[in-house]
Amino acid sequence: MEVDEPVRLPRLPRVAVCGGTHGNELSGVYLVRELLKDLREKDAEDGGPLSVLVVLSNPRATQQCRRYIDVDLNRCFSHATLNGPVPDASPYEIILSRKLNALLGPKGGQGAVDLVCDLHNTTANMGLCFIAYSDSDWICLHIFKHLQRQMPDMPMRFIHYDVSKKESYSLDSVGKHGFALEIGPQPHGVVRSTNYTAMKVGVQHVLDWVRHFNSGSVFEGGFVDVFTMVKKIDYPRDSQTHNITAAVHPHLQDRDFCLLRPEDPLFQTFSGEALTYKGSEPLYPFFINECAYYEKGVALSLARKRRVAVPPIRAQTEEDKQASFASEEEE
Amino acid sequence: TSCEIQKSHKSSRQKKNQKQTHATGGDELPYEVQRAQEINRTFGPKGSPEAYDVIFDLHNTTSNMGCTLILESSKDSFNLQMMNYIKKAFAPASCLVLLNEHPHLKYSTSRSVAKHPVGLEVGPQPQGVLRSNIFQAMRVILKHALDFIELFNEGMEFPSCTVEVFRVLERIDYPRDANGNIIAMVHTNLQDCDWEPLNPGDPMFQTFDGQTVHYQGSGTVYPTFINEAAYYEKQQAFLTTRRETLVASAIRKA
Repeated sequence: MEVDEPVRLPRLPRVAVCGGTHGNELSGVYLVRELLKDLREKDAEDGGPLSVLVVLSNPRATQQCRRYIDVDLNRCFSHATLNGPVPDASPYEIILSRKLNALLGPKGGQGAVDLVCDLHNTTANMGLCFIAYSDSDWICLHIFKHLQRQMPDMPMRFIHYDVSKKESYSLDSVGKHGFALEIGPQPHGVVRSTNYTAMKVGVQHVLDWVRHFNSGSVFEGGFVDVFTMVKKIDYPRDSQTHNITAAVHPHLQDRDFCLLRPEDPLFQTFSGEALTYKGSEPLYPFFINECAYYEKGVALSLARKRRVAVPPIRAQTEEDKQASFASEEEE
Repeated sequence: TSCEIQKSHKSSRQKKNQKQTHATGGDELPYEVQRAQEINRTFGPKGSPEAYDVIFDLHNTTSNMGCTLILESSKDSFNLQMMNYIKKAFAPASCLVLLNEHPHLKYSTSRSVAKHPVGLEVGPQPQGVLRSNIFQAMRVILKHALDFIELFNEGMEFPSCTVEVFRVLERIDYPRDANGNIIAMVHTNLQDCDWEPLNPGDPMFQTFDGQTVHYQGSGTVYPTFINEAAYYEKQQAFLTTRRETLVASAIRKA
């Protein structure tokens, strides 16, 4: 008899919602400010099955409305960086990452929060994206499916960076589960009402899902189209000055997640010449013309799309936990 | 002080440098003040006969302003004639003229060092991003501008003409709390609607918890610079303007 027995996963009693990891990505900054206000007004929360930490990750960068003060905070959470030496003159964000790891982690430890939802904006036309390190973290995939169902008019994609837990470097990797919630397009330093509202609604659905999950609901399985990052392409640059010599081609601009085929236009030089995609495999572009990536040498990223089967899941009960302890002891 | 916050904010806009160059403090002038003085030495002195004839000052904006020429004086017939020429050459694509002659809201631009300052603002484009279409539009407009100057220098006469402009009326700030924090965003209905009429009673802002703030002015205005990133710190959500028709005298090279 074939029964789809739900996969049983531990409850998620502690969730962190983080904004302002990049201080000029304003949807998250303002949403976190509003959530903090709500929490102050409601005083001690229900004390129920879910505790939500709301965090403004990079206060100094937020105050100055810049991405970072010294170094990109969202690259500071690899095990090596978190556990390396910290001399007094360390960059601001290195010191900050330790504090955030102490608050939300420690990364890899039993005390880490169960889920980190890190809020970001992009200048690229990406709609709403989840960005995660795993394509088999059923919690993240189910949350994504839930948002897709609740926000059917919102273009929504799941992006997967195939990076090991050890090498993972972003803030969302500090929790036992985590993902970045990215909304674009939006210029940095600007808050657009539609993006803010989408992020606010999205975060609400994330928290609702977690409450339902914790209360024992079964979530039926299904499929998610996952975009796995394969490679990045830099702008053409002058070999001497390193300045860019072409811009994203008008036919590619704003066409995130539209299949890019070999010989499709990629860049347009300042004299109007088109440079085309020389790869042999059609791939899906994203983060097309993201402002913060000029300095990282990325004009666009490319992904393969594949359909991932997501099993039904439910929260572990007390009995499940006892049973698994017992079987561990037997072993 | 708000002055210091502004300084560090402005210098932080240099995307190329990850390290912030700290002001050495004390007697040294801020970098941009030093640059202004160099520009004035090279292209001015402002107000003198030696000053450059024309300066084109190229800008981008996060606002949906399209191609906008910025005029500082309604009496500058040379500039008005140039802008008339550019608008006609660029048509059917739109290139509008913003006149900022407001006694309080006008500001001392780098281009004002020259006898005929011309601002060119093209958007929408995020700061730190280069969009092909924006770049090409700017390039075409500048080409028309230089064509005009060449024709003028060759002796062509430009008969008297009229030019439609949008004259700056006032600056509207975001609603803020007692600490100066923004408590509302540009309303969805107003976002991206630069140059479209805003009538009394129309939605203008929406608070973070969903309330609408309506425009309370006495008449219809034409908003521009709606939601420009750099103006959050200058207490400006948008500018209001009114439409006006200016007359440009006939001009010919002397």
